[in-house]
Amino acid sequence: MSDVFISKEGVSFMEKNEKALYAELDAYIGSLPTKQGALISVLHKAQDIFGFLPKEVQEYVAEKLDIPTSKVYGVLTFYSFFTMTQKGKHRVNVCMGTACFVRGADKVLEKFERDLGMKANTTREDGLWSLDALRCIGACGLAPIITVDGKSYGRLTEDDVTGIIETTLAKEEAK
Amino acid sequence: MHKTRLQILICGGTGCISSGCLEVEDALVAALEKHGIRDEATILKVGCFGFCEQGPIVKIYPDNTFYVRVEAKDCEELVAEHLMKGKHVDRLLFKSPITGESCHHHMDMAFYKTQLRIALMHCGMVDPENIEDYIGVGGYEALAMALNDLSQQEIIDIVKASGLRGRGGAGFPTGNKWQFGLDNKSDKKYIICNADEGDPGAFMDRSIMEGDPHAVLEAMAIAGKAIGADEGVVYIRAEYPLAVNRLRVAIAQAEKYGLLGDNIMGSGFNFHVRVNLGAGAFVCGEETALINSLEGQRGEPRLRPPFPAQKGFWGQPTVNCNVETYACIPLIITRGADWFKSFGTEKSPGTKVFALAGKINNVGLIEVPMGTTLREVIYEIGGGIPKGKKFKAVQTGGPSGGCISEKNLDVGVDFDTLTAIGSMMGSGGMIVMDEDDCMVNIAKFYLEFTVEESCGKCTPCRVGNTRMYEILERITQGKGKPEDLVELRELGQTIKDASLCGLGNTAPNPVLSTLNHFMDEYEAHVLHGKCPAGACKDLVNYVITEKCIACSLCAKACPVNCIHPTGSETPNGKKKYVIDQEACIKCGACIPKCPPKIGAIVRE
Repeated sequence: MSDVFISKEGVSFMEKNEKALYAELDAYIGSLPTKQGALISVLHKAQDIFGFLPKEVQEYVAEKLDIPTSKVYGVLTFYSFFTMTQKGKHRVNVCMGTACFVRGADKVLEKFERDLGMKANTTREDGLWSLDALRCIGACGLAPIITVDGKSYGRLTEDDVTGIIETTLAKEEAK
Repeated sequence: MHKTRLQILICGGTGCISSGCLEVEDALVAALEKHGIRDEATILKVGCFGFCEQGPIVKIYPDNTFYVRVEAKDCEELVAEHLMKGKHVDRLLFKSPITGESCHHHMDMAFYKTQLRIALMHCGMVDPENIEDYIGVGGYEALAMALNDLSQQEIIDIVKASGLRGRGGAGFPTGNKWQFGLDNKSDKKYIICNADEGDPGAFMDRSIMEGDPHAVLEAMAIAGKAIGADEGVVYIRAEYPLAVNRLRVAIAQAEKYGLLGDNIMGSGFNFHVRVNLGAGAFVCGEETALINSLEGQRGEPRLRPPFPAQKGFWGQPTVNCNVETYACIPLIITRGADWFKSFGTEKSPGTKVFALAGKINNVGLIEVPMGTTLREVIYEIGGGIPKGKKFKAVQTGGPSGGCISEKNLDVGVDFDTLTAIGSMMGSGGMIVMDEDDCMVNIAKFYLEFTVEESCGKCTPCRVGNTRMYEILERITQGKGKPEDLVELRELGQTIKDASLCGLGNTAPNPVLSTLNHFMDEYEAHVLHGKCPAGACKDLVNYVITEKCIACSLCAKACPVNCIHPTGSETPNGKKKYVIDQEACIKCGACIPKCPPKIGAIVRE
């Protein structure tokens, strides 16, 4: 298991006992009326708990559900919601749905790539930022729209990007 | 239910939450308390009003005033003026873009005038988290009729007579689907609600589930009675947390009131509903792929036949309909098939919900009778194209649909007419594009989506679409050849004919429809190396002309520092600026910085 866990809220799990996380997953699997067809629900729960689905978690799920690890891997790589890599402390999601695209979301995404010095759909090496292009968050009235750590910013232009990054970092310092 | 003198309705859809409606709610509560009238007003967070462009929206009853773009800082004035003194706060009313007049009531607005709400009837009217609100507007009456007064066949006959066609895309007659479900005998049958709304730019189903979840649950129970199923599953995108939550609240309330669960209304009929989260795969909107996903498998389509109504979920007869289809059912049962058929066209009765977005003034969720023309939708309801730009195309049906040009704007929209002009209804996304959008680039955008979302099971879709995408990429880079255009057509037709499921059968539509309606743009790219809309970066250069006054504003705005004073001299002896074409990333940031009266930077 990799040594640092960072949750969606940016809280380090270092202190938290790894066993407790597995116990939470166990409790969920135990509460299911049947294991038949439950794989996707279990993966949802596991990603909720661990933040991502590394090999160790996949193997654990396979054993608990009594199915081959290859099947777990096959299913999780099929669905874009599941991730095998850890996300950054701050998560930027740029909506690239059609409505946002025709209103210039590609320019906003490129600006983030330049300002953060990283490519879309990756996590920066220092673990501070994840930048993802999303399908559609369905808030087309505010196109182009992004979310940063769960907060939405709508009707953006590329000129707004630098300010949003600064605000996000300033909030962290204030903490 | 709400016995207070005043009712304040706040739109609580995802769009309005993103634009800050939760802060507005808090500020309203604070203002009401400050003025000592908290007891006199009920605040309701309701489903989507549809006018997302103008959110957050606040509606005040009893005088039915419609306020737009309300912010937290406006709430004090709203309470002090409107609620205390009975005066409208004019600056928060919607202004007609044509006459400039303020509109007090939503029905005065062009956006709402031609709309007709059936599937969305209760959205923006009831509190979705309170079942009593839904019962108060006649909710669960249809279920009571279905359980007590109608036989299974009678229910199906009403749905058949209404002519309702599946709102998920293909338009298959819903009554016939239910009939198959009834005729296939089994001890165990299932009802599925397809809420895996994967089209980018579409949010119809999400809005219905967020605004009126009980209508969907009621309809699923009616379908359960009709075919003899006792279990229902809503397969919903995990990306819709608010809709998921409201559905779960609604299910729990309905069970508590005895409207779902065992022995519903004492009739002996049992029906349980649960929510199942999708995991982000567009192909799972296809019903057999959805069933595989429900069973915990990769969401790959199955060969049909057998159809789900014969062998579906866990091999049992299964009826699967889309959210909007279900939302029409309760009203069809209570008001009758003839009532429903009085709207829309002969072959496509009723209404259709569209998510109107893109380059349009009034972005939002709309519902119109089938047969309404695209021109009415775009220019009357949608308020036309922003910034006085010229209309170029409207795209319907998402990645499975096509682009429709100006010449077909007077076509009345229904399932068959859209297919006839090379597009399709799809689930109801409608994206408007203007003169700045390059149709080749748009076709590439959609194809990139399908290539990523193709499940890989069948070769025409997996390989064919990838090849088409590569050709489009070449064309947008200026490396296209004339024979590429022929190749695109041939490949597209083969993929349509030979793919296994609906995703592959329709994937080439965006390319084929743009080839048909916008051939001139493809030719400009291939034959002349130009992108007329200026969207394809490799075919565009930014150049500073002799008009430059060496003010340096553009150089300061350049993100890659590629603009330098190395040109000829201006009259006052300064060096004019020049863009280093090698280093330029073609972001266009310099153009708006050049003072408009100078206008020295051009895109060519």
